[in-house]
Amino acid sequence: MTTALAMPRINPGRILIWTLLFLGGVIMVTPLIFMFSTSLKTAGQVYDLRMIPAAPTLDNYVRVLSDGRFLRWFFNSTFIALTVTLSNVFFDSLVGYTLAKFRFRGRYFVFLAILSTLMIPTEMLVIPWYLMSAEFGWLNSYWGIMFPGMMTAFGTFLMKQFFETVPDDFLEAARIDGLNEFTIWWRVAMPLVTPALSALAIFTFLGNWTAFFWPLIVTTSQDLYTLPIGLSSFAVEQAIQWEMIMTGAALATLPTLAVFLLLQRYIVRGVMLAGLKG
Amino acid sequence: MALVEQGAPHRRPDRPHIFWTMRRRQLLWVWSFLAIPVLFYGVIRFYPTGQAFWLSLTDWDLMSEPSFIGLENYTRLFADPQFGSVFRNTFAYLIMGTPISLLLSFLIAYALDRVRFGHTFLRALYFLPFITTASAMAWVWRWFYQPAPIGVINDFLSGFGIPQLAFLNSTTWALPSIMVTAIWAGLGFQIIIFMAGLRAIPATYYEAARIDGLGEGAILRRITLPLLKPTTVFLVVFSSIGFLRIFDQVYNMTTNDPGGPLGSTKPLVLMIYQTAFSSYQMGYAAAQTVVLFTILLIVSLLQLWVLRERA
Repeated sequence: MTTALAMPRINPGRILIWTLLFLGGVIMVTPLIFMFSTSLKTAGQVYDLRMIPAAPTLDNYVRVLSDGRFLRWFFNSTFIALTVTLSNVFFDSLVGYTLAKFRFRGRYFVFLAILSTLMIPTEMLVIPWYLMSAEFGWLNSYWGIMFPGMMTAFGTFLMKQFFETVPDDFLEAARIDGLNEFTIWWRVAMPLVTPALSALAIFTFLGNWTAFFWPLIVTTSQDLYTLPIGLSSFAVEQAIQWEMIMTGAALATLPTLAVFLLLQRYIVRGVMLAGLKG
Repeated sequence: MALVEQGAPHRRPDRPHIFWTMRRRQLLWVWSFLAIPVLFYGVIRFYPTGQAFWLSLTDWDLMSEPSFIGLENYTRLFADPQFGSVFRNTFAYLIMGTPISLLLSFLIAYALDRVRFGHTFLRALYFLPFITTASAMAWVWRWFYQPAPIGVINDFLSGFGIPQLAFLNSTTWALPSIMVTAIWAGLGFQIIIFMAGLRAIPATYYEAARIDGLGEGAILRRITLPLLKPTTVFLVVFSSIGFLRIFDQVYNMTTNDPGGPLGSTKPLVLMIYQTAFSSYQMGYAAAQTVVLFTILLIVSLLQLWVLRERA
C-alpha cells in the first residue's frame, strides 16, 4: 500500500524533468570540468579530450606557481577583497543604521543623494578616478585599487532596509542603560542583522575578487595585479599553451569554488536576500 | 553671565550643562557617523560625476591643459562610423542576451523549484559558474571555441560530420560566441533570484487555484507569472544593464585584436577603454561615458515606469 501511495510522486514526467535538469546542470559545469582536467594534463595530452586525464600530473601547477607571481596575485586579491569587504560591512551598515533609526534634518536628502549614485555607472567615473589617482600618486597601489569601492549605495540601501526591521524598543532600552550611540549600534543593532551582513559581505567579496575593469586601468606593474588581471596577462604570455592557461584559470577559480562548497547554504541565501531587497 | 541673569531669571544657573540635551547629543552622533561617508560620496562619487560631464566638453590628451570645445565630442561621436558599429554590437548583446538568459533561467528555476530529490546538488551545478572569475572562464571558453583538434566544440561537431565553425575568428559568429559565455556566467544568479521570487508566492494562492480546478498551465499564466512580475522586471533591468556594460569577456576572448575580428564584437565599454587608455583622448572618452550613462538611465527609468503601471 505504501508504494501505491508513493507512486504518483515518481511519475515519468518528473523523471524526465529531473533528467533534463541534470543534463543542463552538467552542461553548466562542463567548462569547469574541462578546465580542471586539462590543468592535470601534459602539453602532449591536451588534444586528447578525455574528461579524466590518462596520467594526471600536478606539473603544470608546480610550473605556474614556481615563479611566485600567482601567489603574489592571490595575496593581492585576497587582501584587497577582504579590506574592501570589511570597509563596506562597517560603513554601509553604519550609514544604513543612521538613516533607518534617527530622525534629523537632512536625512531624506542624504538618503536620496546616496541612492542616486546607483544610477552612475563605474565606467563614467573611471576617467576622473584615474586622474585623481595620478594626481595623488595612487596609481599602482593597493589604495588605488580599493578606494572607489570602500562604500556602496547598494550595501547602504540593503542595510537600511534590514535595520528598519529592528524594533526601536531594543535601542531605547540600551539608551536608558546608558550605552552611547556607537555602542548601541555595534553591540545591540548589528547582531540583529547578521543575515544581511553576511549577504553584504559575500556580495562585496565576490565582486571585488572578480573585479576586472578598474584594476586593469589602475595597475601597470605586475606586482600589484589582482588575480583576474594577472591571469589575463599570463594567458596572453602563454599564447597557445592551453594546459598552462587552464592551470592559471583553475588557480583563479579554486578559492571561490572551495568557499562556495563550504558555505553554499549561506551564499545562496545571501544572494536571494540581496537580490530581493536590493 | 549678566545676560543669563537678565534674560532668563527663572532658569537655574547650571544651564550650560543642559546645552547638551539628549537631542543635541544624538545629532552630534548622527553627523559624526555620517561625516566620513558624506565626504566619501562627495569626493569619490559626485565630484567625479561632475568632472566626467565637464571633460566631455573638452579636448584633452593629458599632456596639455584641457581646452573647452563645447559639444564637439558629441557631434564627432555621432558621426564616427566606429561608434555606429559599437552601438549596434552593444545592443546586439542586449537584445539577444537578455531574452535568452531570462527565458532559460525562468524555465530552470520553475522546474528546479519543484524538484526535491537532489535539489541542493542540482542548484549547485547551475549556480557554480556565477562565482567563477569572468576573465578566467573567458579563457576556458576561448579554448572551447578553437578550431579542431584543439577546440572541444568543433571536435564534438566534427564527430557528427558537421563542418568546422570559425567562432571567434568569424565576424558573424564571434559576437554570439562571446554572448553565450556571458549568458553562462550570469545564469546562476538569475535562477536563484527567480527561485526566491517563486518561493515568495503564498502557497494558499496555488491551493485556491487547484480547488477552483485550474490546470498547471492556467496557474502559471494567471498566478505565477503575474505575481512574479516585480522579480522579472528587476532581472530584465539587471541583465540588460549587465549586457550593455559587457567588457570582461570581450576583452579576454579577443586579446590579439580587442573587439575584433574587424570590430565585430566591440561593445561601448571597450571603445571607452581604448579611447581613454590606449589613445588618451580623455574628453572624447568622457563623452562616450556620458552616452553610456544616458542609455543606462533610460533602461532604469523604464523599470520604474513599468512597475508603476502595475500599481
